[in-house]
Parts: sequence; structure tokens; C-alpha cells
Amino acid sequence: MSALATDRPVPQVELRALDTLWFQVGGTVCNLACTHCFISCSPTNHTHEFMTLAQVEGYLAEAAALGVREYYFTGGEPFLNPEMEAILASTLRVGPASVLTNGLLLDPRRCARLAALAAATPYSLDLRVSLDGYDAASNDSIRGAGTFARILEGVRNLHAAGLNPVITVTEVCRDAATAEGKARFFALLRDLGIEKPRLKVLPVFQIGAEAERGGAYASWQRLSDGDAPDGSWDHLQCSGCRMATDQGVWVCPILVNEPSGKMGETLADTLGPFPLAHSACWTCHVYGVSCRT
Amino acid sequence: MALTTHRGMATWGERLVPLGDFRAAAARAGRALPGPERAAAAAGYSAPFADPTPVEGPFARIAVCGGVYSNHYALAALLADAARRGAEAVYCLGDLGGFGPSPEKVWPLLEQGGVRAIQGNYEESLAAGREDCNCGYTDPRDNHFAELSYRYAERHCTPAFKAWMGTLPKRRRVRVGGSELLLVHGSPRRVNEFLFASTAPVPFLELLAAQNRCDAILCTHTGLHWHRRLPSGRDVVNVGAIGRPANDGRTEVWYAVIAARAGKPALDVKLVPLPYDHAGLAAEMRAERLPEEFVETVLSGWWTTCLEILPARERAASRF
Repeated sequence: MSALATDRPVPQVELRALDTLWFQVGGTVCNLACTHCFISCSPTNHTHEFMTLAQVEGYLAEAAALGVREYYFTGGEPFLNPEMEAILASTLRVGPASVLTNGLLLDPRRCARLAALAAATPYSLDLRVSLDGYDAASNDSIRGAGTFARILEGVRNLHAAGLNPVITVTEVCRDAATAEGKARFFALLRDLGIEKPRLKVLPVFQIGAEAERGGAYASWQRLSDGDAPDGSWDHLQCSGCRMATDQGVWVCPILVNEPSGKMGETLADTLGPFPLAHSACWTCHVYGVSCRT
Repeated sequence: MALTTHRGMATWGERLVPLGDFRAAAARAGRALPGPERAAAAAGYSAPFADPTPVEGPFARIAVCGGVYSNHYALAALLADAARRGAEAVYCLGDLGGFGPSPEKVWPLLEQGGVRAIQGNYEESLAAGREDCNCGYTDPRDNHFAELSYRYAERHCTPAFKAWMGTLPKRRRVRVGGSELLLVHGSPRRVNEFLFASTAPVPFLELLAAQNRCDAILCTHTGLHWHRRLPSGRDVVNVGAIGRPANDGRTEVWYAVIAARAGKPALDVKLVPLPYDHAGLAAEMRAERLPEEFVETVLSGWWTTCLEILPARERAASRF
């Protein structure tokens, strides 16, 4: 690392308001092992374990008192967690919920149960399904053999149950962020009978498995005080979110594989500022990343 | 060894380490405040703040609209309807321009009607000479149409009208009966925060109202009307928009009538559908060569733009 990078003071991001609470509900355990996963999830990665319903409900109670607006669930694969649907039922009593899933466990019966949960709450239940290409060749090279067909099957099942997922694509898929690329995804979804296709494109974080696939960060990719527009870091998602895992509360959904990203045990421990020391913070700033839908 | 082969190991950044090492480091990281400090941190975070905004009124009944979007046809209809319903004052929560035709035509109507307005993001942007409307959209197509309508409004508002917009307050406090109402554009926190019914949960709204020391919050910005009475007895009302229909297949637009009542609840909240000359509006929009997508919305009651910002529940109820 160059002297320049280490000599600069590390900027601090204040918590503007705790609007979004994430849950690493599936831990780092996944039924896939995507080559771009920034936290290297796999069937054997137990860095973080499933969260229990009791753990989630503890944080929900604290979050409600702090006025949290929305709840997001990720992993790993959230639907590997046997308590996932009970967790969603509890969450939808206090606020809107979004689940980030790889789509492989969305059989018709589960989709019907999710639709029933959505119908029983005044709040939004949103499903986000990851896809990394317009066709099997491009997607499967990232997400694993045969996954393209299985993901589309899950999307079709959601649609048949009356749920309209957001398809999440990373920029590993070339052109995904361009108008042309989006049009191709919309066409793919319309071919499945989805009349109101929804799409979210995310940049990649050069950490975890992605560091091996696409390359790690260089030392200059770090933030300093002067980078803050108008002196404020309010545009960063960490100014409005925290991430609960089985091992405590982290600053954001990206840094869960860094112990230094952990801020405390309860949400009340984590209402202070956080140092923007990691290169992933640079990606959030430069690409304007929000993991929210 | 690939990072995805983990038996007994954990990923720590780009390294594989024994699982126990990661767990031990995580257990040491962060802070675990003693109980009283935790309670103090949470209380400090949630504490109410002072608001020097003067309190207007008291009134027995007021009409509150938002999102005029240059719809002078609906604004004229609203003034007549509010008078017929016995409103003692008419409030407007901002976004006077955009979407519709001939933005300056709403100005004399506002003045003649004695409408008490606050700034929306539109007024903020036009008065400050900003390049964009600061609507807060995240989708390129939504932003494309927002930009078209902002550019049109910017060209068709005189400097005098823009300067007048800059004199409007950002928020108002109004007494209706014994209740104090806080009137804002997006939310008490941000001019362009979207408060949709399905993403504005009760605990969040309770905290907003408590922090702002008010009995009711009235807002707009989303274009979709809703009312939620909180367990504390407070009310949160998104008054919707009179500038374009509410994405429900009806051509009417919506506003709110708030009246004092004896006993509890202390407020009577009515969301009111307002018919107006929508065919006249559509014809004028076409004459002004505004996007046909906007005209279609006026005539059908279904939104054709601003769709990507809708939460799952509102999008599911949407035609497009």
C-alpha cells in the first residue's frame, strides 16, 4: 500500500437515520457458489450462520422503537433458513420486507405461501431474484451449471402466485446497466409473461470470490475527507442502514466478512459514526451504490 | 484453495482463516454498551426537537392539497369544492409545476383563493435555479420524463413566479380544533422523501410525529393518497395530488379535508375525490406538445411514468 493511501485521515460517516435494517438471515451459507460473490458464500461457508427467529425478533423490537422504515433479508440463500417464512410473517407485522434470493427454492407451494403473507399485511413484501445474464451461457458461467433455467422457473412460479419480483443483475453481465442491456432483460421477462418487468443493476465489489475472479482493489481505491460532496456522506447507504447477523450488528451488507465492519451487539450500540476505511466504501461512493431496491 | 471451499474455515476479506479466528475477532469487535448507556443512546436518537415554525389557526376545518403539477383546471375545481365543504383555509403542500401545461396559470388562482402554500422540491429547485427537479427518482426512464417536465416548467415560469416560490415556507404548523398539524412536502425529514402507504410503517410514523411534537403529519410528494391513524391517536395523511390521477383507473384527483371533532379521535380526516375538466386539461397538454404518455394518464387514470419508484404493493395495483 502506498504511503499516500495510509497517510490520509479516514473519513467518518454519521448515521443520518436508521431507516433500513438488513438481516444476514441466511448467514454465508448458500446452495450456489457464484464466482462473483463478494462474501464468497457457498454450501460450506459458515462464517455467518442462519439467524434464528428469536434473534430476528429481538432486533425487530429494537428497530421498531428506533423508527426503522424497512427490512431487508439476504445471505447466503435466505430460503435455506428453515425459519425464513416465520421470520417474514413477524417482520411484516412491523414494516415492509424485501428478500434477496437466488430463486432456486421458489417452488409453487412456497410462492403461494409468500403470496398469502403479502396479502395479509398493509406493507410491501418484495422478492429480489438474482440473475447474471440474458442466457444460460452467460448466467451459468457465473452462477453455476443449469441455474439459468432454474432461476427462470422460480421467477415464473412467483409470477403465477401473483408476486412480481425485481430481477437483480450485477455488472459482471456486460451492458446490463445500459439502456440496450435493460431492454434485453425486460424482453426476457416479458417472454415469461411478466407485464411489469422490474430490474435492478448493481456494480460488483472487488472482494471475496470476486477478488479472485475479477481482481482485487488497488491501494488508491480509498476514500478521504475531500471526496465528500458538500462535506457530507449522506449519499452513502451506511448513513441510513445497519446489518444484523448471528454475531452482532455490522455497518452495512457489504462488510460482513470483515470483523472491523462490526459496530456492536445491539442496534443502540451502533448509532454512532463509522470510519470509511475499506475499499468497498470507495465503490459505494463512486458508483452511488444502494443495496436497497 | 478457492474461497468457496470453506470446510472449517471462514472468509475474512480475501483470506481464508480458521473459523474460530474469525468468530473470536468478531466477538471482540464493535462496542457493547452497558445497559444504561444503551438506553441513553436510544433515547438521544429518538429525542424530540424544537421547531420554531409559528402555529397558524385555529380552524375548525381546512382543505389540504398537494402536487398541483400545473393543473389549473383541478385547482379551480378544488377551490370551489373546498368552499362548498366549509373549509376555512386552503393549504397546498407544494409541487405547483411539472407534468401539466402553462405552469404560471396556477399563480393567480392560488392568490385569489388565499391558498397557503409551502415549497415542494419543484419550488425549491425552480427558485434556486437548479438543473433538475430533485424528485428523487432512481430509474433512468422516470428521470427522463421528470427532466422533460422540469425543463418545460422552467421555460414557462417567469422570474417573478420563481422568486415568489422561493418566499414560501418549507413547512407550516396549523391548529385544527385542539390538534396541531405539521404540514410538509415529502416528510418532516426531507423534501423529497417518499411516504408510500406500504413503506411507511406505524412505528416509523409514530417516531416522526413524536420527534416533531405534532398530532398529525400531512404530506404529499408520492402522488398517492392514504391515511393512517396511529395507535397513539395521531394521524398521518398523504393528501395525494390534484395534478394527476391516483393510478387507480379513475380520472378524479384527490385532496384532504381535515376537521376538528369533539372527543376522540380529535380529527375527522376525509380523503376527497375531485372531478374536474380532465378533457380540457388533456387538450391543453396536447396543444403544448407535452408527452403523450402524460396525456394518457390524465385520460385513463393510470400512470405511465414514475412507476419504478413504486413499492411492490403499489406497483402490483398499478396498470403498467
